[in-house]
Amino acid sequence: MSGIPGVQVAAPTAGPKALRAPWLQTLLASSRFARTWIGLGITAAVVAVALLGPVFAPYSPTEFVAPPYEPPSSEAWLGTDNLGRDVLSRFLWGGRSVLGLSILATVFGLGLGILVGLISAYTRNWIDDVLMRAMDVLLAFPQIVFVLLLISSVGPQLWLIVVTVGLSHAPRVARVTRGAALEVVERDFVRSAEALGETRWSILVGELLPNISSPLLVEFGLRLTYSIGLVAAVSFLGFGLQPPAADWGLMINENRIGLTIQPWPVALPVIAVGLLTVGTNLITDGIARAAIGIGRSSAA
Amino acid sequence: MIRLILRRLGLGILTLWFVSLVVFAATQALSGDAATALLARTATPERLAALRAQLHLDDPVWLQYVKWLGGLVTGDLGRSMATQKPVAELIGLRIGNSAFLVLVAALIAIPASMVIGIASAVRRDRGVDHVLTMLSLVLAALPEFVIGIALILIFATGFFHVLPAVALLDDTRPIWQQFDQILLPALTLDLAVIPYMARIMRASMVEVLESEYVQMARLKGLPQRLVILRHALPNAIVPAVQVTALQLAWLAGGVVVIEYVFRYPGIGQSLIDGVANRDLPVVQALSLLVGGLYVAFNLLADVVTILVTPKLRTSLQ
Amino acid sequence: MNMPVVKIAGLRIGLAGSAFDIVDEIDFQIGQAEIVGLVGESGSGKTTVGLALLGFCRRGGTIEAGHITIAGRSLLELGTAALNAARGQTVAYIPQDPSAALNPALRIGLQLEEMLAVHQPGLDDAERRKRVLEMLEEVKLPTQEPFLKRYKHQLSGGQQQRVALAMAFACRPTVIVLDEPTTGLDVTTQAHVLETVRTLCRHYGVAALYVSHDLAVVASLADRVLVMYAGRIVESGPAAVLFRNPAHPYTRRLIAAIPDLHRRRNLVGIPGHAPSPAQRPLGCTFAPRCDYATGECRAQFPSVEIIAAHHSVRCWHHARVQARGDALSGSVGGAASRASADPTSPLLAVRDLSAWYGRQPVLHKVSLTLEAGECMAVAGESGSGKTTLAQCVAGLHPTFSGEVMLAGKVLEPQARRRPRSVRRAIQYVFQSPYASLNPRRTVGQIVARPLYVFFDVGHRQARERVAAHLERVALSPALIDRYPDQLSGGERQRVALARALAADPQVLVCDEVTSALDVSVQAALVELLAELQRSMNLGLLFITHNLALIRTIADRVAVMSGGRIVESAEVESVFGSPKADYTRELLANSPSLDSHAPISQSV
Repeated sequence: MSGIPGVQVAAPTAGPKALRAPWLQTLLASSRFARTWIGLGITAAVVAVALLGPVFAPYSPTEFVAPPYEPPSSEAWLGTDNLGRDVLSRFLWGGRSVLGLSILATVFGLGLGILVGLISAYTRNWIDDVLMRAMDVLLAFPQIVFVLLLISSVGPQLWLIVVTVGLSHAPRVARVTRGAALEVVERDFVRSAEALGETRWSILVGELLPNISSPLLVEFGLRLTYSIGLVAAVSFLGFGLQPPAADWGLMINENRIGLTIQPWPVALPVIAVGLLTVGTNLITDGIARAAIGIGRSSAA
Repeated sequence: MIRLILRRLGLGILTLWFVSLVVFAATQALSGDAATALLARTATPERLAALRAQLHLDDPVWLQYVKWLGGLVTGDLGRSMATQKPVAELIGLRIGNSAFLVLVAALIAIPASMVIGIASAVRRDRGVDHVLTMLSLVLAALPEFVIGIALILIFATGFFHVLPAVALLDDTRPIWQQFDQILLPALTLDLAVIPYMARIMRASMVEVLESEYVQMARLKGLPQRLVILRHALPNAIVPAVQVTALQLAWLAGGVVVIEYVFRYPGIGQSLIDGVANRDLPVVQALSLLVGGLYVAFNLLADVVTILVTPKLRTSLQ
Repeated sequence: MNMPVVKIAGLRIGLAGSAFDIVDEIDFQIGQAEIVGLVGESGSGKTTVGLALLGFCRRGGTIEAGHITIAGRSLLELGTAALNAARGQTVAYIPQDPSAALNPALRIGLQLEEMLAVHQPGLDDAERRKRVLEMLEEVKLPTQEPFLKRYKHQLSGGQQQRVALAMAFACRPTVIVLDEPTTGLDVTTQAHVLETVRTLCRHYGVAALYVSHDLAVVASLADRVLVMYAGRIVESGPAAVLFRNPAHPYTRRLIAAIPDLHRRRNLVGIPGHAPSPAQRPLGCTFAPRCDYATGECRAQFPSVEIIAAHHSVRCWHHARVQARGDALSGSVGGAASRASADPTSPLLAVRDLSAWYGRQPVLHKVSLTLEAGECMAVAGESGSGKTTLAQCVAGLHPTFSGEVMLAGKVLEPQARRRPRSVRRAIQYVFQSPYASLNPRRTVGQIVARPLYVFFDVGHRQARERVAAHLERVALSPALIDRYPDQLSGGERQRVALARALAADPQVLVCDEVTSALDVSVQAALVELLAELQRSMNLGLLFITHNLALIRTIADRVAVMSGGRIVESAEVESVFGSPKADYTRELLANSPSLDSHAPISQSV
């Protein structure tokens, strides 16, 4: 549309076959952006704290070490929480749950959404209508409300958080998948595969999916970012892990009354969750930019 | 055109009906014998029986739904199981509080995001654009409670103790006279939605600025002001309208967490209390309300889109 | 040439952020009321030069050197306000695709009026309205007020282009840049639009730069022609001279590649493809594809040499080129010899086919037959239903009534329901090779698909056969591990053809297979198709809007209009003595190089 047609600065190189997998190419291309590396650094740091933290924690997360809301001291470097437990230890223990739950929820939601979106885009008949209507209905609930709705009847369960957070992503992923796939469905190579008589499933997986893997990669990053926020928020509202577990969201919930006296048990997990989401979002943005670039050059 | 709008209205009502099905299925139907589950610890046979009667739990599921829906349509939202008060009375005042909060946030967010989006699109790839893009990237990633608590840490504790950390609304005074109480929650909501809205506005504007009709307008020798305002903006606004509607609906959900952060007495607080107490009638009413808002905002966006898109507007001529 | 009103000297436009140029060393002048054609294939930089006349560069390009003087003013030295004033008033632009260039959100009247409002602020509302209506009349559009209230989507393609014309002529500019203004239009509409352009230019003494890839259109319109190749002007001269006695090998081969409406002539393509800015060779950019090329061509780009009045060329060997005369003239072939098949049971038969898009009927009781070894062309303008017909045959458009028969057997409407042997026998080649090849599969994987589906071959065997099929379509087997985006348009279409051949078909349905390609590439592909048809005894159903192409390749032709076949007969009889009025009109409106040169004698 704009730009100068026929002008391709870098001719596509005939690299080894494996490197031509589009999502891998997108990942490689995203390394050109500084934000990808900054995001990667931040994310890696927070993930390292979450995974390795328990090894370095000075105390058990449930051990009472001093009176409640003690300021930082040589015993408890960052002071104590509302029940007199070591803030640093609870922080170092508290990241695994957020990380694990949000990754599981993202994978579940993405898988479901991609399946629905692909089927919708390819059928384009009443099945498409029914599926997208159903997705619209789920879209009517803000994600957090949808999660709370199910928790209200089943109670705070970890598996339920994974399922509901995932389910709340599904309609959004389905829309993106369908939108991207619709463009591909229109193209003649799909018609060509139909004329050869290939099965529907092999057209979905062989012709459509590889052509939308870059936007889906971006979608994964985006959904992971939101999953982290949602999972942490559910814990923060008190419907995630239950006391006395060490969990970032729960820490904020338990200690926010004492915010003005002892800010650390609130500030620390808030900063960690914030950094993690910013980190994943920076990576996602780098990937998104790379995906656009690659899309352009192959469309030229 | 009218037919198009009526069609959308019909679809909206249909969606709303399905929303009610989901709400019902997720709460009453899913929890099985809700009464025993709810009163696990405090159950006495009499209370159990009363509760069953109230929720029509002795009826088959479909009849429970019909009775529940019938109640909704006639304005009977049921009684709260925790307080035994009518739900309508319980959430009535709070709806007003939340609506005011959302309204203040929206009145700031809509113009701000449009100006930011257009400005960075016009100055694409220059300093201002880069700074705004980076800022919105960071803000868009942060969960709203993180933004809220960060604002509290900055403005209500150690650094500057200028604003209240907790919104203490005085029910006896009109809400618009207690602006200082609302400022931080509204600001939090805005910081959560503006980046996204501005980003869509920018993307849409960038695309339009690259279009051939804008190139044509430049080649006709029109001054920049006319090119942007007359030729680009009317075309860029359409996607922004859709996203604005989605974000307004999101605000209705966003208040849930924000109200909890600031302990602001609105429907968000009620919903969280409801979930904590497993007070199904309250949860049902509020989630239906939020879902209904989404449908309504979308309908509004569709109508606006039809009105500003000549191709749709003239579809019947 | 009289007093030049446009002077361009030493223009260079670079690719932003690189040392490469998009175009360079552009020098030419346009006289008052003169129409200059700027021809070149895609990527030659012709549109870039056209836009530069308005002091405009698309994203990614920057004007790095040179002077553009229009009506005595140096365009590149103007400030923003003065440049805006010059655009539209001194130099106006007519876009390639008016449906994209008219604003969808604004009424037609406003888009016309603002031209006057900005450039002639002295006019009051009534005068302006009057002028707008005059403009509409000049371009033969309705002059009623309601027309002004319409939006772009309420106009036809031809009307949209006329609105663009009216806009361009509104301020009586000195020069107009026309950027392929008739590319998307049917020949009939194109003929009308060209006529209007010619009349207006003559009437108002407006000079014009007509940018196009279509030599025939340029031949019918331009006084003088500039030929661009890979960002340079390689030859320029009066249209009459240039088309009759070209001095640059590229021009000669370009002319030889154009199918001729008036006689059957074998086409000769140009091997290879034009280099992109980053890949241009040292020396003459055409040397790698040129059969005159010598060592000095590869060492140094020749400078401009004036060889006759107003005729200049950039070629070391122009004397040899012009001396060699008719060396390139394709042998004039008769009707392709085809096996006389039994007319009672044709290979493919379509009987009383009616088809719908939703509830909209697009075909009405269409019947035709195709025999083995025969090329049956289906001609028609856009919307005539020719592509739908092709899709019905291939089982890609199942909503039809009537019968499609292969060797006497009636076929299921949907490809998936047809037996394997039928799906194999009918193969379809799509219009755009950019859309018909999955960008995520290698050439090898693409061509191997039919082998796996139709023949039980192993991996090794498939690879061998793929290599053989690639060779059959004149592609190097070395391309087997390439991806489509690493190939040129012509190469991609050959891959699509190889995929179809891999199924070992009896019927090949070709749907506008050359319309996305440059003429030099089109010629080579048509050559190949004709050769394959003969050697494999294929029945070729050739769908196209290009009548000249039909004369070159087809044995019989069915002319379609509004979903019906209006005439169907042997090619020579349809072209020699058309029976239907519609066919006559179509033939009359198709532009031809003949307005300047009887090609078979001169090339």
